[in-house]
Amino acid sequence: MNLLEVIGPVMVGPSSSHTLGAMRISKFVYSMAGVMPRAVQFFLHGSFAETHKGHGTDKALLAGIMGLKYDDEKIKESYSLARMRGLEFSFEKTDLGAVHPNTVRIKAQWAGYENEVEGCSIGGGMIKITKINGVDCDLDWHYDTLIIVNKDEPGALSKILNFVNANIANLYLRRMNLLQSKALTIIELDSPIDKISDLLKVDSVLECYFVPKDDFV
Amino acid sequence: MKFAELIDLYKKANQKFDDVILISQMLEDGSDPLQTRKNVEKLLKTMLEICEKSYGRSYETLTHLCGSNGFLLAKHEAQLMGEFNYVATVTALSLAESNASMGRIVACPTAGSCGVVPAIVYALRKMKKVEESVLIDSLIVAGAVGLSVASTVSISGAVAGCQAEIGTATAMASSLVVYSLSQDPEKVSHAAALSLKSLMGLVCDPVGGFVEVPCVKRNATAVNVAICVAEMVLAGIKSVIPFDEVVEAMAKVGRSMPEELRETGLGGVASTKTAQFLTENNKPASYSPLGE
Repeated sequence: MNLLEVIGPVMVGPSSSHTLGAMRISKFVYSMAGVMPRAVQFFLHGSFAETHKGHGTDKALLAGIMGLKYDDEKIKESYSLARMRGLEFSFEKTDLGAVHPNTVRIKAQWAGYENEVEGCSIGGGMIKITKINGVDCDLDWHYDTLIIVNKDEPGALSKILNFVNANIANLYLRRMNLLQSKALTIIELDSPIDKISDLLKVDSVLECYFVPKDDFV
Repeated sequence: MKFAELIDLYKKANQKFDDVILISQMLEDGSDPLQTRKNVEKLLKTMLEICEKSYGRSYETLTHLCGSNGFLLAKHEAQLMGEFNYVATVTALSLAESNASMGRIVACPTAGSCGVVPAIVYALRKMKKVEESVLIDSLIVAGAVGLSVASTVSISGAVAGCQAEIGTATAMASSLVVYSLSQDPEKVSHAAALSLKSLMGLVCDPVGGFVEVPCVKRNATAVNVAICVAEMVLAGIKSVIPFDEVVEAMAKVGRSMPEELRETGLGGVASTKTAQFLTENNKPASYSPLGE
């Protein structure tokens, strides 16, 4: 934590973990898509499932997926805003197992893609993204983040890294599915990279998303 | 960094205490002191603007357990309180109720305790005509007090109880008053210590788990604790136990608190018969939230 995180941030109430944190998890998905998804399903676990109405967690999640700012007072009208913008959405209570009590799984569809992100709100607006498309990870969104679905084949990573001209802070590469020979690569960077569109031309890359780091204070 | 070390640095550096804080922050995380100060200025302006807008208004909160307390106090003629305390108290109630209705707030240091520090800032500006530049310096000092607690204990009720939220907010608020009126870091540390001692052991027991009862009114009482502490310190009264030791004691208290008393909505007033009833019947028609 730093000085500004103690004195701020400016946000919409009532709770930094149940409102701001929840909104940041869905805004991560919005940033990944780069647009508002066409449809989204929220699976709420634990305390998120039990108390989401009284904390406005549901409204915050909807506001995040539409890319609203964290201190936008329209967050409380996010249901009608979502209907106006034609977003298909649903909320479901679920048991995600032995995870943090404030966890949500978000399944979103856009432009022919479907992605699933799971994250938890750990207090003071801080979050952890814990799963992307079923693959475990541990992202606090303090970095510019590159998320790549690539072919599970030799040399794939080095081809990807050829295009990464920024310093790498953390890197994950995990197999998603052996039969489909798909893997997920997540790269946390100290600064954004120049040519993200070039990465899509690499033959080992199937999908590529860039999530700019989140200055929430 | 321990608060006493910051004061030592200040004594050697021959610079303003708020500058010493910004420089020590820079040495820790590389942040630009000028940029940090600019951001604090933005936060201050936002606080003042939000206080002006929310003062004495009534709100429709998410669970309807509060919403008109700030309004009631604002239209009441104070019989016991001085003007400064009165304005700060109305502001604290109004901000906390705005927070409970998904209004825009500055989470200084947390959303649940967002009434305390901004209310003090607003009262100093409005009633004592303290310059904005002095308030920026003082907000930086208050931030260092909060950061001391955050790095040793936590400022989350779920981790260390309400003493970590309202307690920290009160320590920040009293420090802010003392620094803006005296510019004396030693006095600041006494104010911070006395505030935490006054609220040590305070449990986090929100009814139904929601940031309404008793959180909203705790913001209002806390702001008065902060003013009382600040007045004592300005008179030369000291804390016998130094601030850093008080923070460590508070950490121990936090660790020994059972889970029921840490934001789970299971202990304290949250476990009372009335609280259970309200939780089961989220918005009972027979229940009037006015005046609790």
